Amino acid sequence: MIRTESPTAKGVKLPIYMDNHATTQMDPRVLEAMMPYLTETFGNAASRNHAFGWEAEVGVEKAREQIAKLIGATAKEIIFTSGATEGNNLAIKGVAEMYKERGNHIITQVSEHKAVLDTCKRMEKYGYRVTYLPVNKDGLIEMEDLKRAMDDKTILVSIMFANNEIGVIQPIAEIGKLCHEKGVVFHTDAVQAVGKIPVDVNAMNIDILTLSGHKIYGPKGVGAMYVRRRNPRVQIAAQIDGGGHERGMRSGTLNVPGIVGLGMACEICRVEMGAEAERERKMRDHLKAKFEKALDYVHVNGSWEHRLPGNLNMSFVYVEGESLLMGINDVAVSSGSACTSATLEPSYVLKALGLGDDVAHSSIRFGLGRFNTPEEVDYVSDKVIDIVLKLRELSPLYEMVKEGIDLTKIEWAAH
Amino acid sequence: MAYSDKVVDHYNNPRNVGTLDKASSEVGTGLVGAPECGDVMRLQIRVNPETQVIEEAKFKTFGCGSAIASSSLATEWVKGKTVDEAMEIKNTDIVKELALPPVKIHCSVLAEDAIRAAIGDWKVKNAARQDTTVAVATH
Repeated sequence: MIRTESPTAKGVKLPIYMDNHATTQMDPRVLEAMMPYLTETFGNAASRNHAFGWEAEVGVEKAREQIAKLIGATAKEIIFTSGATEGNNLAIKGVAEMYKERGNHIITQVSEHKAVLDTCKRMEKYGYRVTYLPVNKDGLIEMEDLKRAMDDKTILVSIMFANNEIGVIQPIAEIGKLCHEKGVVFHTDAVQAVGKIPVDVNAMNIDILTLSGHKIYGPKGVGAMYVRRRNPRVQIAAQIDGGGHERGMRSGTLNVPGIVGLGMACEICRVEMGAEAERERKMRDHLKAKFEKALDYVHVNGSWEHRLPGNLNMSFVYVEGESLLMGINDVAVSSGSACTSATLEPSYVLKALGLGDDVAHSSIRFGLGRFNTPEEVDYVSDKVIDIVLKLRELSPLYEMVKEGIDLTKIEWAAH
Repeated sequence: MAYSDKVVDHYNNPRNVGTLDKASSEVGTGLVGAPECGDVMRLQIRVNPETQVIEEAKFKTFGCGSAIASSSLATEWVKGKTVDEAMEIKNTDIVKELALPPVKIHCSVLAEDAIRAAIGDWKVKNAARQDTTVAVATH
């Protein structure tokens, strides 16, 4: 996309991308690392008998090391996938199949990504029992609920590390500890967390972890999985059969350029994570402070304390999300509004917090990332404030609330 | 989603935004939709008691761009019409004028409901007033 200089704000190019939970712009250093593998180093990493294959394998093994280092694993514990959707499918289906003699109970929670929820729903059709833990108003699971849900048939707990909409971080280390005490496999979908906050599979007792390249400034179509080899050794049944690649867990010719890019993306994250998180947190806090200063009836959705540094999910109450997005059409953010979804249902994640549909309809997710600047944050906040004020002039709800009318006491003619 | 130019125009320059005195006997108020559904429209009309012509119309809408445009357009269309003529406005006319996609048809339905609700409110008010007048006269 061609981005052009803003006529009003110096140094800001439009449109502005602030939707980094959806995907991220590839880091130029990642592309640089990939280029040779997209051109002359094109070998199949599984070709053991010539230099083309060996060179490709060198690239792949280096990436395995880079990924392992970011999450405190060993290279042998990393297997490559096409992304986190595949990883989550493989983790859940693979564990369910492998451990079916031991039990048929899976525990997850309601605000997981659909790649986990829909996979769990399918497992129910196959005769597995699935418990969907609730979340509290902060979007976090309660450890007591998890303890209570576990029984002698429980084989797998799958809880995401950080949520893609509200950015809240689950108590992963506590969950891991409990799972290991009970001898239950613990899988975490860590796409939003890896590379953004410290992740250590050993300290946190994680058995299986899924991650994705394009969420961390790497290429799309490539992901990786950590599968624990020791204390305890975790096994998963392959869901794609073929050439026996990736220790038999995931067949298919490796996406060498993608894998090299993913490795480089992880390396950059590992080195720069601390400074980057601090920079994003500052911008994010500034964005929130500006909204809170200029507008009434705004609030943050989900825990503020346990949150990714780049995430701000805010409801601008009495303003509908899609109409807000329409007014800031040179800024890429997302809304939990029904009108922006294919299903016309507001965000199930926000509903799980116990928010009314009306508040969910008013929510905007700002996802700050590596390439955002303080100037962009100022531009976006000014613009959003402007449009919210304008739309509240138009909002019958805002007028009624200002007059002291309790909206919950009105009998709405729902249609 | 791509919006039609007309929706964008109504969104950027909404017509007849505002509030009429809902206590006035000449004013009918329609409040339709629900916050949970993501759209609430309030459409108000001021009717000339002699001619039955809608002389003024105002709206406020909580909802997506298409909902705002539908209600903005509705105020333009009812103005200058008699209440009976305004009852003839169909949601399909709004869909056509604004080139609304299928997922936004409910916005036009809501706008039609708002027109009918406002007229209905005005009729109830004035029927009651006429009754009172009659009642007073017989005393």
